[in-house]
Amino acid sequence: MHSLQASHATANRLRALTAALVLAFAGGAQAQSVYVSSEKDNKVMVFDAAGKLQSKIDVCKRPRHMMFSADQTKIYVCCGDSNQLGVVDRASGKMVDTVPLADSPEIFDLSPDGKVAYVSIEDDSVLAAYDLATKKPLFQVKTGGEPEGVLVTRDGKWAYVTSEEANVVHVVDLSKKKIVKDIKVGNRPRRFAASPDGSEIWVSNELSANVSVIDVKTQTVKGTVPFEIKGMRANDITPVGVVMTRDGKTAWVSLGRANHVAEVDVATRKVRRTVLAGKRAWGLALSKDDKTLYVANGLSDDMTLVDTQEGKAIRTVASGRVPHTPLVGP
Amino acid sequence: MRKAACRRFSLGLSAERPSGASAWRFILASALWACVSVAQAATHTVALVSLQDDARYQSRRLERQYPGHPAGRLVQAVQLGVSDAEVGLRAAGQTLKVLEATASSAADLGKVLQQLKADRVAYWVLDLPEAQWAQALQAAGNSALLFNASAASDALRGSACAAMLFHSYPSQAMFSDALAQYLAARTWRNALVLQGPEVADLRMGEAWQRAAKRYGIKTVDSKAFKLSGDPRERDLANPRLLTNDRQHDVVAVMDADGEFARTLPYATQQPRPVVGANGLVALAWHPQWERNGGPQVNRRFVRMAQRPMVGQDWAAWVAVKSVAALLSEHGKASLPEQARLLRSGQVFVDGAKGPRLSYRSWDGQLRQPLFLSHVDGVVATAPLDGVLHPVEVLDTLGVDEKESACKTKP
Repeated sequence: MHSLQASHATANRLRALTAALVLAFAGGAQAQSVYVSSEKDNKVMVFDAAGKLQSKIDVCKRPRHMMFSADQTKIYVCCGDSNQLGVVDRASGKMVDTVPLADSPEIFDLSPDGKVAYVSIEDDSVLAAYDLATKKPLFQVKTGGEPEGVLVTRDGKWAYVTSEEANVVHVVDLSKKKIVKDIKVGNRPRRFAASPDGSEIWVSNELSANVSVIDVKTQTVKGTVPFEIKGMRANDITPVGVVMTRDGKTAWVSLGRANHVAEVDVATRKVRRTVLAGKRAWGLALSKDDKTLYVANGLSDDMTLVDTQEGKAIRTVASGRVPHTPLVGP
Repeated sequence: MRKAACRRFSLGLSAERPSGASAWRFILASALWACVSVAQAATHTVALVSLQDDARYQSRRLERQYPGHPAGRLVQAVQLGVSDAEVGLRAAGQTLKVLEATASSAADLGKVLQQLKADRVAYWVLDLPEAQWAQALQAAGNSALLFNASAASDALRGSACAAMLFHSYPSQAMFSDALAQYLAARTWRNALVLQGPEVADLRMGEAWQRAAKRYGIKTVDSKAFKLSGDPRERDLANPRLLTNDRQHDVVAVMDADGEFARTLPYATQQPRPVVGANGLVALAWHPQWERNGGPQVNRRFVRMAQRPMVGQDWAAWVAVKSVAALLSEHGKASLPEQARLLRSGQVFVDGAKGPRLSYRSWDGQLRQPLFLSHVDGVVATAPLDGVLHPVEVLDTLGVDEKESACKTKP
């Protein structure tokens, strides 16, 4: 009995120690929140930086991509089944408003001033622009089938949009409201990450097991990053999520069915290492210090925290049914 | 000038041109885009070859909606393929248009095929009854790339294969392997086989026996069923009498038609699942597939056809996507060259079923996952997790390279 209690106490101490270590890895003294949209729960889960669940926020139906408002007080969440952009007030932890969107929205980006949302509308195959203050649709640009990734350049002049069906990245001139160029990339292009200096845009090609690197100046593909994992075939490697560190030296790419994330050296476009995450790793986010990578695993219904220095998964936490996007905020 | 050309062009296309008893209709995915194509892009035609009096499409037959059977003509699926390919091909300076080449009857088919050949239509999506295949293959020769969008016949992929023939629809062997893999994964290893009398039933039974042997599913008994008006044969269509034994885990029903199989689920004497032609069925597509972009494809199809998408529609859609993949990468290659490229396995298509898909080098079959489905949804996808293959897991479904009887190469 006595020894049992003793071991229990030891276990508790160990647990506390582990938690403290995880915290130290995850974000140091600075308190951060990690928001994760859960597609089938219609909720946004709120975690602390170490992955401990803090609360759940009821939002619109099938929440997917999320972004902060310009002043970071609100979260915009794109709801694919109720065709809305939900507006979540971070202070009160409640959805306070919605903006009606077209049929089946998925990914969006904001204008640099934060006033306009550019949303990919899967079912209508358009990029649709919405004024967030008036909640009015501004215009639509016809894209190839199943548009997904949207990236607005920092000058607000261009939007890049992937079409999963057409295997191209559309370059949209936002002032002329039309496509000015189709850049042929790999098979089923999904999402974007821009380098911090804005010179490169990386696009994940889900069915080509690689990433295309687009040179922004010439609007052409200047390189590709192929992914290989020992013991796996190309068909099992399906890259979707891409993020870059703030110094622009490292990119992290989630490899979908391969259940791994890859760390890529941006300069040489070589994979440095891969880290095992959960089933169908898609959504990615980095902590503010780039030391923790949050990976949403859509088929194992959890989120993996990866220590980016060590290149190791340190923790996996349940995060609702079909987690889509993690979002890290102060 | 360009405007005038557009108008003439679209007028010419929309006019019906009766040619004997066959009706020719051109359909444009987008009139606007056709105008642009006059000015700059190379236009290619995809013909959908079918028979007006095809028994599979008689209205009373279609009403039955037996699982695995076509739910309607494939023209909307072909149109959807063209419309989906439009933007991707724009970058390559190519456009596709659809031609419905419908023969009024089998007797009229020869004329329709000759016309296609005379018009140098390079891509044919074939949706024909089994009896017409030999004629179509012979007529086409090397003048067109052919895509089989609805025939599961193993012979067409084996001894009767053709160099220019590709199969976007799965084979009977693939369907049977998918089912056997699932039963093996669930350790439902003892099957009572109910075998129908028709030739198509027997072929289905042969494919099943092959798959069952591969995956260790034991046939504890095989009983003949027969739908008959003869009072002496009434027992042969009685589900309870046929399923009275207790030694089986599942009832596997080999009924290519579907009428008898429909009477079986929940009607067996023992509480056993029904698989094969009803109950749990291996399908090329399911309207409730909710991953890999499935809902988007299904919604686009419903908008176009006003009905749910089934396997044959999916195969026709993917056939057009295969043509588009060829044109965007290898638009300048000759047709035999394009056939070789497809057979090289290096031309990939996205079929919204997960992995990228490619054609097998030995018989031109599109390797693809299959859905283990009941009427309401998808239970699992094959290849099942844990099934292994030395080269490509998708090749655990159907006839592998070493077993193939197809000797023809482009």
